[in-house]
Amino acid sequence: MSSPGHASTPTQISSGPLDSAPVPDYTEFHPRWYRPQVSTYWWLGKWAYVKFILRELSSVAVAWTVAIILLQVRALIRGPEAYLRFEHRLSAPWMIALNVIAFAFLLLHSITWFNLAPKAMVVRVGGKRLPAVLISGPQYVAWIVISAIVFVIILSRG
Amino acid sequence: MVNRETEPIFWTLFSAGGVVAALFLPVQLFIFALAVPLGWMQAPGYESLRALVHSPITRIYLFVLCSLPLFHFAHRFRYTLYDGLQIKHLNEVVFAGCYGIAILGTLAAGYLLWTV
Repeated sequence: MSSPGHASTPTQISSGPLDSAPVPDYTEFHPRWYRPQVSTYWWLGKWAYVKFILRELSSVAVAWTVAIILLQVRALIRGPEAYLRFEHRLSAPWMIALNVIAFAFLLLHSITWFNLAPKAMVVRVGGKRLPAVLISGPQYVAWIVISAIVFVIILSRG
Repeated sequence: MVNRETEPIFWTLFSAGGVVAALFLPVQLFIFALAVPLGWMQAPGYESLRALVHSPITRIYLFVLCSLPLFHFAHRFRYTLYDGLQIKHLNEVVFAGCYGIAILGTLAAGYLLWTV
């Protein structure tokens, strides 16, 4: 195959810029970082993620409840008529619907908070880890006792 | 604002507020926003309720009940926006908004309960 007539051909090719460098060409091409685009609704795909977002959103219900308490104290300061107006506003159907949702979120917060405590706080007694029930259990008891006390105090003001 | 030194403070406020919100807020909302408006419970009289709020213990109770849960909200809602909506470029605005609400709410609670 190698005839003297073609012997010059490899030489011609090797004179090109590609052949002279065994390393690949350097270009100023900027490498793209590997950053997959995550959708804003990434949490809709899995129930566990939805629960996580709902739990985090319970903080809105917490702020809402505080706002109601502040408005109630303000109405109390302003006098009986202002307080009557406050009570009237709270009994609007859309307000009750909103507060049913807010209350559900508050319950979600309480339950997830109590159940999270044993995971956040590891208590060891005699070298053994205390079972989760013994940490979240007393919190449920405290929750019920506190709620009952508040009920009794408010009922006694009737 | 949030760095290695300050994060524990914000987190402690978040945690303390979470406990207060979990234990004390549901009954509060249930009584005044559901049971009373729906007629399940007799509404407490204005004068006796005002007298109750006037007592120092109730004032301290209500102040804690308002302030700490707002700091809980600020921390949690900030991260909800951060993780959920991924608006990291608005970090400073979100931070100022969330903690602004918490601080303003605390000031309002302090003022109202001082003047009761």
